[in-house]
Amino acid sequence: MARRTPQDRYFEVWELLEAVCDPEIPVVNLREMGILRAVRSTAQTLEVILTPTYNGCPAVDQMHDDVASTLARAGLAASVRTCIAPAWSSDWLTPQAHDKLRHYVIAPPGACAASGQQLYVLQFAPINRAADAYQTAACPRCGSENTTCTSPFGSTACKALYRCLDCAEPFDYFKPY
Amino acid sequence: MTHIDYLLHLGDNALILGQRNAQWCGHGPALEEDLALANNSLDLLGQARLLYQHVAALKKDGKTSEDLLAYWRDVPDFRNYTLLELPHSLALHPGASAERDYAVTIGRNFLYSALMVLVWQALTASRDAQLAAIAAKSLKEASYHLQHARDWLVRLGDGTELSHARMQAALAHLMPYTQEFFSPSAVERAAVKGGVAADTAQLQADWIRIVDDALHAATLERPSGAGFVSTGKTGVHSEHLGYLLAEMQSLARAQPQAVW
Repeated sequence: MARRTPQDRYFEVWELLEAVCDPEIPVVNLREMGILRAVRSTAQTLEVILTPTYNGCPAVDQMHDDVASTLARAGLAASVRTCIAPAWSSDWLTPQAHDKLRHYVIAPPGACAASGQQLYVLQFAPINRAADAYQTAACPRCGSENTTCTSPFGSTACKALYRCLDCAEPFDYFKPY
Repeated sequence: MTHIDYLLHLGDNALILGQRNAQWCGHGPALEEDLALANNSLDLLGQARLLYQHVAALKKDGKTSEDLLAYWRDVPDFRNYTLLELPHSLALHPGASAERDYAVTIGRNFLYSALMVLVWQALTASRDAQLAAIAAKSLKEASYHLQHARDWLVRLGDGTELSHARMQAALAHLMPYTQEFFSPSAVERAAVKGGVAADTAQLQADWIRIVDDALHAATLERPSGAGFVSTGKTGVHSEHLGYLLAEMQSLARAQPQAVW
């Protein structure tokens, strides 16, 4: 059996991990989410670096296990490490991830505020009140921009709950982070 | 040692408030609020975990772990602000779950989150690299917590006569506990000197600005907030922390060998 070089292992790991998806959003994989950050392969070691999203994300241990078991099944013993700096940002989602989210009926996140001084927040207009600053999300079903936020906290910590005022359907919005 | 005490102060703040907000789970005034507070609580627990893990890594004594810190310390060991251990009601009665007051919950979350966006921002420049990394993540979450609390503060204040009166009463009750934010302890002074901690005295003016801006939008008055200065961050707590810890720690202590 031909022995794999560190370089072979490096490429093999990336290929294998294409199949590991976000447990909460099974249509996007960890690379597309910007969670899978790096692979380090030397003659002695094999290391995979993940960056978790929200501090309290309950899926992070699952992702850890999924990565380790996927590689173990292919005969690769890797150490899976989490690295919290630089802090994960929703800006890291790839354009493919945006498309896949939309297809899954989740509105993808808008870009985060550019300046370091600004707080990364969505401005939510109180009900029955003129909006001051309002981040619009286009309805992933009908494409209308005529949408409103029902709640800043949706089915998971990373999503807000919106409603389309044209097609009247609710949808999740992936919050800028 | 003092640096570790500062990290425990931050971690305990997150854990205790996370535990308090989780009490609304299943009892929220609206489904969206149930979700909001559950998510808020989850974020805070995540912050506590990261900070406790960091403490364990620094102590390197083979026995300190996040579980030990959360479940096996007692009241005098906790370093959280007294504000965060108070029950969700005006009456200082620990068992009064029927008297839960959402205005107190919102008021407390607002006053604390307004402080924490400033503290986390300052801590991104901490000499402790791991703390700076934790701060960069926690700042994003604190921003959403602040926005949620501020929105409700404005809705309740600039709402009906009843909601306005209750929100005003909640603020009058909570404001004196915020004095503790800005009176530095020996632990904080040492950690600031070491370039590790945020100097809250420097942040007070900005905090007042955030608070006043929100109160103005909510048509509320800022209460004087004068009176007894609470001492939770030095380990001297109100009578409420004991009950909170008893509930939170009971399962771990009943089954010390349990594995999840």
